[in-house]
Amino acid sequence: MVTTEAVLVQQEWHARAQAALESVPDPEIPIVSLWDLGMVYELTPLQETGIHAELLPTFSGCPALDTIRTSAEEALYKAGFSPVEVVFNLRYPYTSDRITERGRANLRAWGITPPDADANVLVAESLDFLDAIECPRCSSRQTQMRSPFGPALCRSLHFCFSCNNAFEAFKPIC
Amino acid sequence: MDSKSLKELVFTLADDMLVVGHRHSEWIGLGPLLEEDISFASIAQDKVGQSRVLYNLLHSWGEPNADILVFTRKAEAFQNCILAELPAPDYELALVRHFLFDEAQAVIYADLKSSSQPDLAAFATKFAGEIKYHTLHGRAMLSRLSAGSEDAKARLQVALDALWPFCGGLFEASPYEATLEAEKIISPSAVLKARWLAQVMPFLAKCGYFPDPDALGQEGGRIGLHTPYLQPMLTEMSEVYNLDPSAEW
Repeated sequence: MVTTEAVLVQQEWHARAQAALESVPDPEIPIVSLWDLGMVYELTPLQETGIHAELLPTFSGCPALDTIRTSAEEALYKAGFSPVEVVFNLRYPYTSDRITERGRANLRAWGITPPDADANVLVAESLDFLDAIECPRCSSRQTQMRSPFGPALCRSLHFCFSCNNAFEAFKPIC
Repeated sequence: MDSKSLKELVFTLADDMLVVGHRHSEWIGLGPLLEEDISFASIAQDKVGQSRVLYNLLHSWGEPNADILVFTRKAEAFQNCILAELPAPDYELALVRHFLFDEAQAVIYADLKSSSQPDLAAFATKFAGEIKYHTLHGRAMLSRLSAGSEDAKARLQVALDALWPFCGGLFEASPYEATLEAEKIISPSAVLKARWLAQVMPFLAKCGYFPDPDALGQEGGRIGLHTPYLQPMLTEMSEVYNLDPSAEW
């Protein structure tokens, strides 16, 4: 029988884990957390007081994965979980629609246009879907993609002809 | 599932990714345009990262860890195709090799999505979007440059003429092909090659190139027969590791 107390304990457990992971920033985009990028896949209790966390890497070759894992472990220890296991799950694909509204807003605030929810690279016949996206500074769509690749695997390079600034975009991943 | 045939397949897939990834990384700092420099660097990082996923899979099946597999094997132990290991000192070689190779990757990993081996199927799904950005880039640059000056068209033709004979090796058959097919792990290499030809021939024709589909030769990489180019590349790639193999990084 599920008691009210049991439900409250479970909610507290999840809230504590979520708060810890919301405090872990993406190493390159410090105002966006792991949580808001949608990288947290599954959280399960481990032994009496521990946690097993499964994260999804955005791109297979992301060089920040080790740093992200260590930071997530530290945050969960600090939140009172012990033991802590953080692993990457490569069998469930990360998709960019997992980014939360807060994550999208923070990406924009950092100067990175969040991914277009309707874009699907898998069916794209050209890179045109990366053209004319919204500038994160002035919101104009008079923009041009300069390269589908950027300083990190998850970002593309663009230029805005309205405010004359270069900017980056988070690449749609399906 | 037969483990010998599976491991042979995954070694081939991983070595292909690693070797071509390293070759792409050799363009860092030397790209003809900043955007192309960044493109090759990013593509290289994707490929090496994907190879690491595959080497980790081999490690979970009892093989040594990824560092040992990558930095200590000699050239004859590698199973990559020759096309991947060829140096590309000119941009047109790098671009045409990137196009030919990545179109093959797209075919192979699309097939692996329905593999009966669940890890390969899952990884193929994960890699699909990443590989798609690579093929979209290859096509975009090739179509743009082939519509350019006479010099551009001619350079691309020379590169294609040089690399096309090595494309047979993209689909070199596994010694265990019958088992792999019977267990529905991957389609036979002749089937994959036909799909690749059906994709690249029309695109190349639109760009003004008409290579001979029957002139695909050069196999042997999969069984360790490599060009003299591979070992120097591996030696350079492993230089830091081999300064102190026991070091903790």
